[in-house]
Amino acid sequence: MPAEIVVLGGGVGGTLVANLLDKSLGRDVHVTVVDPTGMHDYQPGYLYVALGEAKGHWLTREERSLLRSGVDLAIEEAIRIHPDAGTVQLRNGGSLSWDYLVIATGARLVPELIPGLAEGSFEFYSLAGAERLAQALRGFHGGSIKVGVAGIPYKCPPAPVEFTMMVDGYLRRRGLRDRSEVELLSPLNRAFTIESASALIQPIMEQRGIGLTTFFNVESVDPAAQTVESLEGEKQEYDLLVLVPPHECAEVVKSSGLGDVSGWLPTDRTTLQVGGYDRVFALGDATDLPISKSGSTAHFEAPVIASRIASLVAGTAPTENYGGRVMCFLETGDGRATSLRFDYEHPPIPPQPNRAWHVAKWLFNRMYWETVPQGRLPERAPFTTPKEVAS
Amino acid sequence: MTTTEITRTIDARGMACPGPLMALIGAIRTSQVGDVLEVLSSDEGSKTDIPAWVTKARHELVEVVAGDGYARFVVRKAR
Repeated sequence: MPAEIVVLGGGVGGTLVANLLDKSLGRDVHVTVVDPTGMHDYQPGYLYVALGEAKGHWLTREERSLLRSGVDLAIEEAIRIHPDAGTVQLRNGGSLSWDYLVIATGARLVPELIPGLAEGSFEFYSLAGAERLAQALRGFHGGSIKVGVAGIPYKCPPAPVEFTMMVDGYLRRRGLRDRSEVELLSPLNRAFTIESASALIQPIMEQRGIGLTTFFNVESVDPAAQTVESLEGEKQEYDLLVLVPPHECAEVVKSSGLGDVSGWLPTDRTTLQVGGYDRVFALGDATDLPISKSGSTAHFEAPVIASRIASLVAGTAPTENYGGRVMCFLETGDGRATSLRFDYEHPPIPPQPNRAWHVAKWLFNRMYWETVPQGRLPERAPFTTPKEVAS
Repeated sequence: MTTTEITRTIDARGMACPGPLMALIGAIRTSQVGDVLEVLSSDEGSKTDIPAWVTKARHELVEVVAGDGYARFVVRKAR
């Protein structure tokens, strides 16, 4: 009998784990991906949609088209995980039994946690939100643009900084920059979570006239007065407000009582096992790991989980561990970008922004559909050499 | 060691920057005025980040105590 493997979530992590397991173990396993929509979104593209540089249609594909033929897809909503019984209950009344479970349910946006946020601000963390923001920007003719974060952790930490720098270029191209103010409201005492990246970015922001208010943790938005207030007691006026909405784990994690105090899945930082269960793994945005919530993280975690499950199925001791590897790009506007390559032990040393990294990101965006979900990209961060890694 | 009664302890040891500060901010959001929160952090950055945030947010830093491989920050929610 093949080992039953259920993967909850058809995002980058879930899809890649499923394909790698089917590819490496073939008939020894039966893999089922459970996803409520059956659609796979390429979320890094939303930033470009918001700025009118891309259309939404290339950002979504049917999950079935990305899975190997040996992998089953159940377009169903998982509503309860029973780790002791080895089952997952589905909304349609059915249930699935598993020998190994992979939780790749991601993070969901919860704008309702901040009063006034949904009515008073725009976001680019969903396709619909990015399209609304693009429309608002088209109708913008000067004024104050404030960009902030309404909760940590959030997906793709560089995105708010990238947005300020790209909207700066957008306004220049439209001849509106001298009539506009762009300011980042950062929840920390610097522009970005990672100190070395902040040291690179802040002088560039200053050079471009992009303002920075630190320790601004969004508490509420007053859409009528067009003001945003922070937990620290500051109030800022805006003409256009762009906020990253608060994030939470998936409902199924909550309803199953699997989240920790923070709500995220308590995940072992190297084995990626959840809550001490030997046969339950998690990856991507759903975990409580002290590392970026991003597709890149899931991309580097997936082969570790696939390898560990393969060992367990074969009856041998798993040997592969996750070391916290992440690699992502950071757009600095004007057709330039830098890269962030790091792991648990080595903070990034981002190179000076240049055109090559911008082109690399552009190529990656175009190549994503034919490479990442199928496991065709290297499992180690490309372009990383020992001398580039901080010791 | 303080004799202040601790309302809530946040053990953020092992969390990387800015985790401990964010854990404190999250806890302040859900606390009552007058509550005393204790944050344990092994992250070096917390030594500057946490006092700076407490000052900016106009809460009270009751004390900072160095422990074995970590620091203990005691913060009273002032408003």
